Amino acid sequence: MLRFLPALTLLAMLGPVIAGLWGTALPAFGHLPAAGLTGPSLDPFRGLFGWAGLGAAVRLSVMTGLIATSVSLAIVVFITAGWSGTRSFRMLERMLSPLLSVPHAAAAFGLAFLIAPSGWVARLLSPALTGWDRPPDLLIVQDPLGLAMIAGLVVKEVPFLLLMTIAAMGQAQPRRSLLVAQSLGYGRLTGWLKTVFPRVYTQIRLPVYVVIAYSMSIVDVAVILGPSTPPTLSVQIVKWMSDPDLSMRLTGAAAALLQLALVIGALGFWWCGERIVARLGDRWIMSGRRGQFDAPIRIFSLGLGSISAVAILFGLAGLAVWSFAAFWSFPNVLPDSFTLRTWDRHGPDAIATLGETFFVAGIAVLLALVLVLGCLEAEHRSGRGLTRRGLWLLYLPLLVPQTAFLPGLQTLLLNLGADVGRLPVIFAHLVFVLPYVFLSLGDPWRSWDVRYTTVAGALGARPRTVFWRVRVPMLLRPILTATAVGIAVSVGQYLATLLIGGGRVSTLTTEAVALASGGDRRAIGVYGLMQTLAALVPFTLALIIPTILWRNRRGLHD
Amino acid sequence: MKHLTLIAALVAPTFALANPDPSDWDAVTTQASGQTVYWNAWGGSTTTNDFLAWVGDRVLEDYGVVLEHVKLTDTADAVTRVLSEKQAGEDDDGAIDLIWINGSNFAAMKDADLLFGPYAEQLPNWAVVDVDGKTVQTDFTVPVEGYESPWAMAQVVFVHNTATMPETLGSMDALLEWAQANPGRFSYPQPPDFLGTTFLKQALVDILDDPSVLQSPATDENYDVVTGPLWAYLDALTPHLWRMGRAYPATGTAMFPLIADGELDLSISFSPGAASTAISNFELPDTVRTFVLDKGTIGNASFVAIPYNSGSAAGAMVVANFLMSPEAQARAQDPNILGYGTVLDMDALSADERAAFDALELGIATLSPAELGSVQAEPHPSWATRIADDWAERYGTGQ
Repeated sequence: MLRFLPALTLLAMLGPVIAGLWGTALPAFGHLPAAGLTGPSLDPFRGLFGWAGLGAAVRLSVMTGLIATSVSLAIVVFITAGWSGTRSFRMLERMLSPLLSVPHAAAAFGLAFLIAPSGWVARLLSPALTGWDRPPDLLIVQDPLGLAMIAGLVVKEVPFLLLMTIAAMGQAQPRRSLLVAQSLGYGRLTGWLKTVFPRVYTQIRLPVYVVIAYSMSIVDVAVILGPSTPPTLSVQIVKWMSDPDLSMRLTGAAAALLQLALVIGALGFWWCGERIVARLGDRWIMSGRRGQFDAPIRIFSLGLGSISAVAILFGLAGLAVWSFAAFWSFPNVLPDSFTLRTWDRHGPDAIATLGETFFVAGIAVLLALVLVLGCLEAEHRSGRGLTRRGLWLLYLPLLVPQTAFLPGLQTLLLNLGADVGRLPVIFAHLVFVLPYVFLSLGDPWRSWDVRYTTVAGALGARPRTVFWRVRVPMLLRPILTATAVGIAVSVGQYLATLLIGGGRVSTLTTEAVALASGGDRRAIGVYGLMQTLAALVPFTLALIIPTILWRNRRGLHD
Repeated sequence: MKHLTLIAALVAPTFALANPDPSDWDAVTTQASGQTVYWNAWGGSTTTNDFLAWVGDRVLEDYGVVLEHVKLTDTADAVTRVLSEKQAGEDDDGAIDLIWINGSNFAAMKDADLLFGPYAEQLPNWAVVDVDGKTVQTDFTVPVEGYESPWAMAQVVFVHNTATMPETLGSMDALLEWAQANPGRFSYPQPPDFLGTTFLKQALVDILDDPSVLQSPATDENYDVVTGPLWAYLDALTPHLWRMGRAYPATGTAMFPLIADGELDLSISFSPGAASTAISNFELPDTVRTFVLDKGTIGNASFVAIPYNSGSAAGAMVVANFLMSPEAQARAQDPNILGYGTVLDMDALSADERAAFDALELGIATLSPAELGSVQAEPHPSWATRIADDWAERYGTGQ
């Protein structure tokens, strides 16, 4: 049984992606038999290239993706370079880790309310400092350059990349290198960049690629913060896919393939950029310059990192205030009065939706845990570790843009006659939950001291007993953390729930994004908060449970 | 032969299940009991969501029908769903049992034979519907023929905040002049949003000296001539819109917070009572009022339709019938609940039933039926589709 689990895991992870791409490719070349259309034909691409907004939409997707990734990576690298090992760094790390689980949509709602011309920041400054007694007519949210959207992506990607970097540092042994560099007269930041960064970057490269692919094809953040004249290519794909005119679906499928090509292109572009940076970096290292701007860069990066954390926290606080607000107009910093009415109206529904959200997340994560633990155990017993190629396969579902394969998957599922509902949604979530659970569990699992196996074996335990009675209990904390990561990933899924569920499965995320179009900030506040809680509570439990269970096992506390 | 009878006996009930006969109401209600009806309706308005939840409670109580509201961001999503089910051969139990549908989507679905029916005029409550006084038998000029049933009357009203904009406007030209004098204080939802497209139609109907040409389908010959004045109008208006027309609100209700914050002074709504409802929900300041144009504004009925492949058509008909009941209609018209106009004929109701309507306070921002004035007819859907497409080309792609 154990032997088949790795293959089964690959199937669960890649099967839907490959099938979905196939389901996209057929209509993209004019093959949609039910609409009386048989391919191959290039008409869908002609339709796509005839769309007046294509240039702007493509530019928007590529630029927002690349800029958001570069900015997030720069902030993370400079913070780590300038501050790792200090108390400020630990504080920032502690502040950012829970923010990792805040769903993108909730963070985007919060940010929108902070930075809009009528947002909290403007309210705090008005009218005293700005002289505004009415909000200025400024295009901040939904700006054509996508700056608000980039900001929304950065505040979410900084925690992700920072935690990935911290994990990577464990293997890079930065302390010694830094000590040597510093003794040679390099500043902390320059020394770190020259000696540690090259090794760390190799480790976080794939996560960076994931951020690129994700930022370029995200739909929910783009709907909330991005422009609409035209929107990003991914948003437009979803619009085409839901147009009553069937021929638009062909255009949408063609656009989905274009989206895939764009992501591949952007990754290629980034890869070339890596080469250039490496070449220049070599020269810079060889030049032996000790660096002059350490201090300002250190301050600046810590400032940006803190702003991105504070933006999410205040955004969430804004959601909370809105959910209790009676009438609240500009430029008042707080509502005229507070009321429980919004929670009375939406609380019961939101709680019912929370149940559905946890049901889907729970089963997807349970399946993921079984598969991942099985794979890791098989890896351990066979003694064959995950190869570099295996790691790429693991990242593949995260690198293929969702808008490229989910619409196709939806069409295929219908063709198979699979009933829409929870089950297909759970499997669609599994595609995204699996890699994250694998990644978050892999390192702690492998770094477990195998001599315990020897000892247990010497005491007569079979491998199965070792697994259940020694390894799993000892690794309870990482298992629970992986569970929490998986739940957060599932809770945040928008497109997979919307398209595959056919509207019959509603989670907190789909409800919240549906409410976004109506603009009722109070209701959005309720759903945004519930969504955040759904992702945060499992993390809190993952911290508390081992502490309680192992309260009299000091050796099991990290 | 014996086998054939057996097969027929086995097949018959399923066949009957799939095709409930609307005229046999007892059979419909019997069959409906225990069915789950997935009602796909726009989910962006919390007041509408609450009303739909109440309908769900009531049909469960009276008929044992379980109603699930599938909240859409765009009704076209539901149409796509039915289309893709048809293409996949899912003809018996699709994901959708009832759709809150608008004229152009109705025309598209009726055209493609995607609707169950005719059923609407066989429903018991059809007897109290105001067939003569309200446009319930055509939808955007397309004959309904019983393939959808009405549940609310809508009419365009302009919503203004009297604290910052005391005056009312009599025509679209007056609106343009006002916008030029007050830049950035008016907007409309981005077409193809339903209300945004309605604004474009409203503008066209008001600008044209004789809008009767809009009652027949648009042709390649007359389209450019007829819509020319509209594009000239929008070219003049757009630079004076909120955010200079570089961004638009997503929907009608998304404009409420913009009015509450003072970003907008003026917006548009398709529900005469929505402003009053929003005031009572703290979404709008109590200085907001509504007005209509001198020549009247566009109005139509809201309908629900049942897809051809609904597995719970009986349950869906029960819901459709309940929506036309005096109880549901009076509740929908209450501005504290929804503020939607009724489709019923007051003279056809009993004294008790009428009393429920008479007792309603319309709300401070709601115009009386007399003040709402004459209703302008909706253009044929072919106009709306082409206008919305052209709008996207001209203003929706940053060109």
